[in-house]
Amino acid sequence: MTTAVIDVPEIPEVEKTNYLNQEFGVMSWLLTQDHKRIGILYLLSVTVMFLLGGFFAVLMRLELVTPAGDLFSSDTYNKLFTLHGLVMIFFFLIPSIPAVLGNFILPIMLGARDLAFPKLNLLSWYLYMIGTAFSLVVVLLGGVDTGWTFYTPFSTSFSNTHVVLMIIGAFVAGFSSILTGFNFIVTIHRMRAPGLTWFRLPLFVWAMYATSIIMLLGTPVIAITLSLVAIERLLHVGIFDPAIGGDPLLFQHLFWFYSHPAVYIMILPAMGVTSEVIAAFTRRRIFGYKFVAFSSLAIAFLGFLVWAHHMFVAGISVYSAMIFSLLSFLVAIPSAVKVFNWTATLYKGSISIQTPMLFALGFIGLFLIGGMTGLFLATMGLDIHVHDTYFIVAHFHYVMVGGSVMAYFAGIHYWWPKITGRMYPEWWARVSAVLIFTGFNLTFFPQFILGYLGMPRRYHAYSPEFQILNVMSSAGASILAIGYALPMIYFAWSLKFGKAAGNNPWGAAGLEWQTTSPPPTENFHTTPVVTWEAYEYRPEWGGSNV
Amino acid sequence: MSDTQPHHPALKHHFEDLGQQHEASTLGMWAFLTTEIMFFGPLFFAYALYRSQYSEAFVEASHHQNWKLGVTNTAVLIFSSLTVAMSVYFAQKNRHKALVVALALTLVLGIAFLGIKAIEYHEHFEEGLFPGSHFTYKSPLAPRVQMFFVLYFVMTGLHAVHMIVGIGIFTWLLIRARRKEFSLEYYGPVEVSGLYWHFVDIVWIFLFPLLYLVGRH
Repeated sequence: MTTAVIDVPEIPEVEKTNYLNQEFGVMSWLLTQDHKRIGILYLLSVTVMFLLGGFFAVLMRLELVTPAGDLFSSDTYNKLFTLHGLVMIFFFLIPSIPAVLGNFILPIMLGARDLAFPKLNLLSWYLYMIGTAFSLVVVLLGGVDTGWTFYTPFSTSFSNTHVVLMIIGAFVAGFSSILTGFNFIVTIHRMRAPGLTWFRLPLFVWAMYATSIIMLLGTPVIAITLSLVAIERLLHVGIFDPAIGGDPLLFQHLFWFYSHPAVYIMILPAMGVTSEVIAAFTRRRIFGYKFVAFSSLAIAFLGFLVWAHHMFVAGISVYSAMIFSLLSFLVAIPSAVKVFNWTATLYKGSISIQTPMLFALGFIGLFLIGGMTGLFLATMGLDIHVHDTYFIVAHFHYVMVGGSVMAYFAGIHYWWPKITGRMYPEWWARVSAVLIFTGFNLTFFPQFILGYLGMPRRYHAYSPEFQILNVMSSAGASILAIGYALPMIYFAWSLKFGKAAGNNPWGAAGLEWQTTSPPPTENFHTTPVVTWEAYEYRPEWGGSNV
Repeated sequence: MSDTQPHHPALKHHFEDLGQQHEASTLGMWAFLTTEIMFFGPLFFAYALYRSQYSEAFVEASHHQNWKLGVTNTAVLIFSSLTVAMSVYFAQKNRHKALVVALALTLVLGIAFLGIKAIEYHEHFEEGLFPGSHFTYKSPLAPRVQMFFVLYFVMTGLHAVHMIVGIGIFTWLLIRARRKEFSLEYYGPVEVSGLYWHFVDIVWIFLFPLLYLVGRH
């Protein structure tokens, strides 16, 4: 009580009972209402979906080694990129950080015993699994070929694949994401520990708050839009198909009204993780804390006003296109605020380059490229040149894979000791971080050039002059695959052989490091009282790595 | 924090006290209703777009609506909002019998609404106005009239689904009210479910003029 820095009671380094050994048996997991166990359930399920989506990507990269469409027919290839997109977006990227790390860490960061609605949290996982089941059934029945965008009238009047089943899957999974967002908003508003004011919150919490707003406001729009696609397809009545009286632009507007903000559902949590990791491994408070906090909200807000930049060539009015172009440029401001502030945090920080930090630094660099090329695409003239080329593919993979997935790995490594109580092998983890960074750039940087030179996306064959760059890309993909496979092996290894992590292996600030690893079911034995600011790093806090 | 007081049976383990629990569930419902607005939103948007494009057909289509049943249903729902508001009041006043009556009345009105809606759907079906292969309406504007009925069935259908969910919730409230679980200290579920019911009513207040009264003078 004297220093007012750490006035939590002394906690033992190793607790006998924790959330993992409180109860045993399959049912204790399937019926659990503990946010930590639900986070683990999500971790296992999104990992499976990541492998599935990655499998489709590998097949595509194999096909693209040669210019001729020799491995798969064009129909099969259509299904591959459709399933890759659907699985990765709806079943991996959107739930990855929020439902895995957010679920596990957010209530602990708030000093709460659980999320506000534990039963709805469990329901959200079941909805996710039902959505997953539908998508797996679609895969087994022969797939779907509309692209993840379900563009009409192809999806409603022409495609003869399993569009409706896939829509049901996406619809149900959408509700799981609504429930997650809704739970987070209420928890952040109402369940913060005494003394934990809004501006003492870790930036991860601000990022999750902004993400949750998008989940609440955007997801229902895609749900009803996809339902209308299903209705048009089943009843053959004109809603979106121009041949029977509908308006395909209405579909595109409604689709992108969700699907553009959905990009921010994927990137905002990644930014939150990056803030945590940068602060912990520079031992500094994030520079311009309030700017970084509010930039998350600004991104969420502006994100809802830019959707039509996906439609510059779809026949919208040139004046509305100009406004959407301008608004799209504005999103760069809060994004740049974050990048500058992370960089400024590094300045004179006591930096230690450990695995989470490697991934976080990788995130900053790759997100920078992904974000800057986004400005190319917000520029109307240039967008028309590179529209539907590999330039777009490279751009959004830099944001989603280089950005979100890198940060997801940063977060998993950072909180793994807290989640499992074990350390992963640091050397192998660094190897994996380097492999992922190298493999990623080798895979996707050539695609910027390919796109600029005019190679269209979504074809299984291409002109021979593009072969060298495509072979580079496929080679990069195999390095990337090894980089992703390594953590699965050493994380599994660490469960049994990893050395005990202790409560705070990084010497990091934040309430989650002030409970035991793994935490007890109720997170804290007594509700913590917060008297310090976020990221208040002081030398006397110690920590094994400083 | 409140270890001195005995725990209220309704207090969930992860909340500090009933006040926090009540605030969480109220905020939760408001957040959920925001989602609901965005859920109905695209349908209203599509309606606005197509009504401005095909206003003639929409006027023609709305003349096939039975406005008398529509008015009756509007009255039924507004009255049910009153009984819902009263149920919250009675819960706060510990008037258990009155609470049970108000909840039961709400259920009756909700079911009456769905019954009247079913009669209307039946009439449309008989007239060949149900979109798809059953659509047999003959007119130069028939395809656009069909589009009106697509929107009509989707919007009122989604509303009816919400009514059915509401009836489920109020049945659960009625069972709990009969066990005298609600009191001035703990009436959150009644209030929060009431918010939901009022929201579903408000959706209807918008649907009714848009779908029944287009171009009527």
